[in-house]
Amino acid sequence: MSGLEGEVGAGEFVAVLGPNGAGKTTLLKTILGLLPPLEGRLDVLGAPPRRGHPGIGYIPQHRSLAGSLPLAGIELLASALTGARPGLPLLSRAERAEIDRALALVGAEALAARPLRTLSGGERQRLLLAQALLGRPRLLLLDEPLISLDPRHQAEFVALIQRLAHEEGLAVLFTAHEINTLLGAIDRVLYLGHGRAAFGRIEEVISEATLSWLYGMPIHVLRAGGRIFVYAEGLTPESEAHRHEAGADVLL
Amino acid sequence: MFSYDFMRYAFAATALAAFAAAASGYFLVLRGQSFAGHALSHIGFAGAAAAPLLGVPVLAGFLAAALLGGLGIGLFEEDRAGRDLAIGMVLALALALGMFFLHLYRGAATLLSALLFGNVFAVDRATLLALGLLTLLVLAAMGLIARPLLFVSLQPELAEAKGVAPRRYGVLFMLITAAATALASVIVGSLLVFTLLIGPAAAALRLSRRVASGLALTFAFALLEAWGGLALAYATDWPVSVAITFLAFLVFLASLGAAAPARLARG
Repeated sequence: MSGLEGEVGAGEFVAVLGPNGAGKTTLLKTILGLLPPLEGRLDVLGAPPRRGHPGIGYIPQHRSLAGSLPLAGIELLASALTGARPGLPLLSRAERAEIDRALALVGAEALAARPLRTLSGGERQRLLLAQALLGRPRLLLLDEPLISLDPRHQAEFVALIQRLAHEEGLAVLFTAHEINTLLGAIDRVLYLGHGRAAFGRIEEVISEATLSWLYGMPIHVLRAGGRIFVYAEGLTPESEAHRHEAGADVLL
Repeated sequence: MFSYDFMRYAFAATALAAFAAAASGYFLVLRGQSFAGHALSHIGFAGAAAAPLLGVPVLAGFLAAALLGGLGIGLFEEDRAGRDLAIGMVLALALALGMFFLHLYRGAATLLSALLFGNVFAVDRATLLALGLLTLLVLAAMGLIARPLLFVSLQPELAEAKGVAPRRYGVLFMLITAAATALASVIVGSLLVFTLLIGPAAAALRLSRRVASGLALTFAFALLEAWGGLALAYATDWPVSVAITFLAFLVFLASLGAAAPARLARG
């Protein structure tokens, strides 16, 4: 990765964009200390990354078997809060209070009692967000949290993250495929692509000059109706959007 | 019924096996690994059948083979697609190996029946002591790893990121389960270990949304089925493993019935 230099501060909501395979998930895993940085230097909360850092809250992209279980939502949070220590799966009063605090922050109090398999995609995401807030982290890493949500729930989720970033002073790194859902909520954009990276305000990064440099080919940026359309030479925005839906490896 | 030594030993032994099976079984069902538990009891059967040939106690033979099997399943568990296939093949091979060892051994007929369907009335003081120690180990180990095991079972990716290694706990859990199947096999035999290991947990998971109460229910069902089966066998002269399996099936049916109205109400 070349050309990447920058710092994400408290209360800052940063979208990590780029095509599939550009290294968005790899970046998050490097910050989590699961993968070593290939080159350069990375400091997380003032120190080199280390696995299991209590100051980081994380929602992984792949969600597992838990979604089909009869267990109540609170068990997910309880296991995440106490799972790093040995012992029986019982909660102390303080742990119970911490779970209630996290649930209240995202308005998921009612979800905690419901069986996991009865939750919708949006409800499950809200619960996972509460879980990521356990232990008062200062950095939140969200890997493709909008996948499998409908547009209304996407907008609600983004607004919730924006509020949390500002009210709780959280630094947020949020990977996504699509920037339009995030317009108006994010502070800066980190764009990864083809071994290069650009980091800055939306209008700096999502520009013809920067994206053409990132992709090594002419890229057009169209702003219309408060939305941004990005497309390559010879492809119309419509066809881009279409290919995007099909899950093809395309720009934004 | 309690005036006989063998009955008192039988009640103590079934309680021990029920507790060990309950502790492991709840997580087996939660993790979707009940088939692995079934396979471990068959792998143990091969070891138990080989024991007389090697001059070691049957329980030790069962335990050694099951532990090896547990280690193997735990280590190669990652590949979920090929897992059931591989386990099924090893399970069949283990049964065949067990029969082969018994074929080499005279007096195999009584041993075969005891290995496949259990023989709780043969439990003596020394065996009971061994069962007690093994149960203590299983319960202590499960008590220690319950939290991290739950974490890696529910959210392996997140657990990994938090420094809790799913594989390590997967292997540990399979080893504990191997010991639990050895205990249960003494009571209900290799073929019906599934009854004690899975039955109570499957019913409890249908009735409880919380882990703590679900675990408590699993222990209660296991003891109810084990002791109830033993008493039923004493009263009717049926084989103990048959009586326990009947009860386990009844409890599971009842849990389906009890959970059904709630599901209908939810739509």
